[in-house]
Amino acid sequence: MYVEESIPGATPGSAVSVMALTATARDVLEGAFMPLWVRGEVSDFKAHRNGHWYFCLRGEDAQLKCVAWSRERRRIPAPPDDGMQVVALGRLTVYPARGEMQFSVTRMEAEGDGLWRKALELTRARLQADGLLDPSRKRVLPRYPRRIAVITSRDGAALRDIYAVAQRRCPSVEIVLVPAAVQGDSAPESLCFALDQVARWGDADLVIIGRGGGAREDLWAFNDERVARALATCPVPTISAVGHEIDMSICDLVADLRAPTPSAAAEAAVPVQSELRERLRMSAETLSALAAERLASARTRTDDRYRGLVLGAARRVERRRLQLESSGRRLHALSPLATLDRGYAILRAVDGRTVRSIDGLHPGTRVEVVLRDGTAAATVDRAVPNGQSTSAPAVAGTES
Amino acid sequence: MERIEAIASRLEDEELDLDTALALFEEGVAELRAASAFLTQAETRLKQLNEDADGLFRIDDLRD
Repeated sequence: MYVEESIPGATPGSAVSVMALTATARDVLEGAFMPLWVRGEVSDFKAHRNGHWYFCLRGEDAQLKCVAWSRERRRIPAPPDDGMQVVALGRLTVYPARGEMQFSVTRMEAEGDGLWRKALELTRARLQADGLLDPSRKRVLPRYPRRIAVITSRDGAALRDIYAVAQRRCPSVEIVLVPAAVQGDSAPESLCFALDQVARWGDADLVIIGRGGGAREDLWAFNDERVARALATCPVPTISAVGHEIDMSICDLVADLRAPTPSAAAEAAVPVQSELRERLRMSAETLSALAAERLASARTRTDDRYRGLVLGAARRVERRRLQLESSGRRLHALSPLATLDRGYAILRAVDGRTVRSIDGLHPGTRVEVVLRDGTAAATVDRAVPNGQSTSAPAVAGTES
Repeated sequence: MERIEAIASRLEDEELDLDTALALFEEGVAELRAASAFLTQAETRLKQLNEDADGLFRIDDLRD
């Protein structure tokens, strides 16, 4: 009798309190089970105002009350829907206030990636409602970027890949790393901060944001709504390059261009240097042809005013030509003046000044004619100002 | 480069007065020189954007 009396709850006299029993039951349950994955169908899901989720997991004729505390459910991509088949990781415990067994969930996965899809769809719908997915928002990328900002981690493969492509295609383009964490809990904030830096810096022509491939959870920061919104408001045209070939990320939807990998982003962003050189050469030719045409048409006019302008033009062209010659053979080959200079001669007085006017030229005046490849001394035979005779030019002149 | 192409297309406009055309042409030559110099770069520059406490930006060489 004495022994029974000493066991709590063995007799009416040693009855235990409800609190003591439920607390003991909790300790026993918590000690008996490691955190474990449980399979079941979600029902009675409720998201409470305070951020906690309450639901049941059902299977056959059993059910398990579940809770996902707001501070512990960061890794659950989206709230599950009733009827969803899920597996949930949690700890089994007792909730003394209700006297119920409770499963405290920290992670959850649905069949067929249901939760990930749902999270994506929810974010996508919010962005769509704000017009951020409108195709008309897509900007054209600069054709000739000089400086490309790359938002990624300093040590990742993405930066190396982009650098290698830039080096191969056009080493003139500068790559500026804007370092950011690309995975882990701090990644969304870090990516947003980097985007903000690029915007405030304002000195990049283009921005590539991304990382190399990884597990879905590693890429999840690029599905973060805050990152997507920061990307959408970036004043510089954007390319997303999240290393996954199959799934689209939210950033892919918002960026001006989606590239499947960082290397592909660089291919799209960086022009080929040899093609640029060729284009530059063609532009130089076009420019010089247009200028020559313009000068020629102006020259045919007899109006004094136009003659003055043409002579002025020739002077300016000559001045520019001399500058350009001094800037080296490469530049000279590109210069439109290399073709322009064929037709021009400059008339100089004996004191070296360029002769711009018939004034001061008389029969017998000695002048110097400067041509592309040499200089000739000459004497004026006849000097006739415009208007007195249109039949003869004033002097051996500026046309070939 | 885009500026050069824009200049060329403006020069094609017959109505352009000569002074403007010449000014454009001179600008085009200057741009050509700049672009040509830009394209002589043989090794990609790799930099890192750094922001100091006052919000001023600096780009530094990134050694790997």
